[in-house]
Amino acid sequence: MPLASSAPLRRDPAARQRVFWALASLAALWPMLVLSEFKPWLLWEDGALKPALRFVADFVPPKMDSEFLWLVARETWRTVAIATAGLTLALLLAIPLALLSVRVLSVSALTGRMAPVPAAARQLVRWLLMVLRSVPELIWALVFVRVVGLGPTAGVLAIALTFAGMLGKVYAEILESSDTHPAASLLRNGSGRLQTFLYALLPQSAAELTSYTLYRWECAIRSSAVLGFVGAGGLGQMMDASMKMFNGSEVATMLGVFMALVWLADRFSAGLRKWLA
Amino acid sequence: MKTVLDESRKLPPHRLAPPLFNARCKACWFVLGTLLLVVLSFWSLDLQWAKFLSMGAFSKMGRFLAELTQLEGSPAFIRKLLVAALETLAMSAVGTLLAVMLGLALALPASKTFNGDPARWRGVARLVLNALRSIPELIWATLLLIAAGLGPFAGTLALGLHTAGVLGRLFAEAIENAPPGPSDALRVRGVPEGRVFLYATLPQVLPQLMSYTLYRWENNIRAAAVLGVVGAGGLGQMLAFHMGLFQMGETGSVLLAMLTLVALVDAFSFASRRWMSV
Repeated sequence: MPLASSAPLRRDPAARQRVFWALASLAALWPMLVLSEFKPWLLWEDGALKPALRFVADFVPPKMDSEFLWLVARETWRTVAIATAGLTLALLLAIPLALLSVRVLSVSALTGRMAPVPAAARQLVRWLLMVLRSVPELIWALVFVRVVGLGPTAGVLAIALTFAGMLGKVYAEILESSDTHPAASLLRNGSGRLQTFLYALLPQSAAELTSYTLYRWECAIRSSAVLGFVGAGGLGQMMDASMKMFNGSEVATMLGVFMALVWLADRFSAGLRKWLA
Repeated sequence: MKTVLDESRKLPPHRLAPPLFNARCKACWFVLGTLLLVVLSFWSLDLQWAKFLSMGAFSKMGRFLAELTQLEGSPAFIRKLLVAALETLAMSAVGTLLAVMLGLALALPASKTFNGDPARWRGVARLVLNALRSIPELIWATLLLIAAGLGPFAGTLALGLHTAGVLGRLFAEAIENAPPGPSDALRVRGVPEGRVFLYATLPQVLPQLMSYTLYRWENNIRAAAVLGVVGAGGLGQMLAFHMGLFQMGETGSVLLAMLTLVALVDAFSFASRRWMSV
């Protein structure tokens, strides 16, 4: 008789709890589904599906004539150029701001607490960096398109501002996390703050700073392609135009080129980081 | 030979510094290449600095900012804003959930779970994940608008597809790196693969999957706020709508709501991370 009880349990002992929690989470999710108008069945109504299917069917074959490819190549270069120019301006803004916000370079902090005025200045710069990076680049682009008109200038400025915020914050963090002893000794012996940065902080973290900047360049290429959708030039703007005309074959070519560009930028920056390390 | 090299590296005080450019110096080539790329970029883009830095642009910018700060604050508008903010949150939550399901469904074939696992679909599944991941949410949204129409549904699907690519890859790596002991113990007793995953692998990797998911959800809230600019619902759609009609007071309010939402999410994630690490 005890044999029967030692037979392995056939069902999941925790089944009841699992079912209960699954149902409870579904109930919690219900208002979310309503709010996001989650109605997948609408996709299967033929009125919605037909133009989409025609659009997707148009993807093959992608448009490949040489004139169009030349145009795509030019816009692709412009996307890379917008990212590079934007990142250059971002660096011009981020490096001074990062230096202003680094605590290691404070002379008054060498002896106890930092004096109130420099502490307030550093906090202000930190807040400025936070504001710069908390506005998404797409919003900056929308604003600049209003001011300078359609074209790459808006994209360059948008990337410059958002990426200055990100780069400035991370640069300051990298510099603060390095060994602060050399910096303190130089400052104590009377060297200036810029000299201290160049001879004590930079040599330690130059590799890390470069590799982070390369990674951000890669991100900038991705976001400059997206910025085109609000009229900031490059591959995105061209893709947007083709999508509005439901031209599937053009969109297919550009999507392919975009994916290749992202992949190449990823490989290139990874290779460069390895080569420099 | 070695000693000679060491001697030459020592650089006694009377020797000059090394020359500025040396064909074997990697950093020099890197700097040169970067400079070339930057100069070419600025040269090939016809940037309208004159237009941007002119008095006209400055006064336009000033007027623009002044109009933006006259926030629209009527109760009816605030209610609309709240609904849009909730819509943004719902889009991000449902999108992330879709991404978890699709990502897990793709991560299982994309991972090689034990030695001798044929993993026939690994290449294909990884290719699909890479394709999903490399197209940004905004481009997915514009593509999906054609099928799903204007509104939050297209945005939700777009978030889901892009995030599925990101999460699927992370999930596949987590599954491959799970300790093989428990799953092997079940496998040698002849338990089918599906149950091996449910009762041995999943409990081990679940905390990691949860933390990836929460991290992506946080990202998705930020993405959902701007996604609407192309017409995919939420706060972004409101922003594009009012900006298109030049209603700057309303635009300013929407922008403020967007920034508040992002700041709240940041603060919440910072607090919860600190709370969990204590």
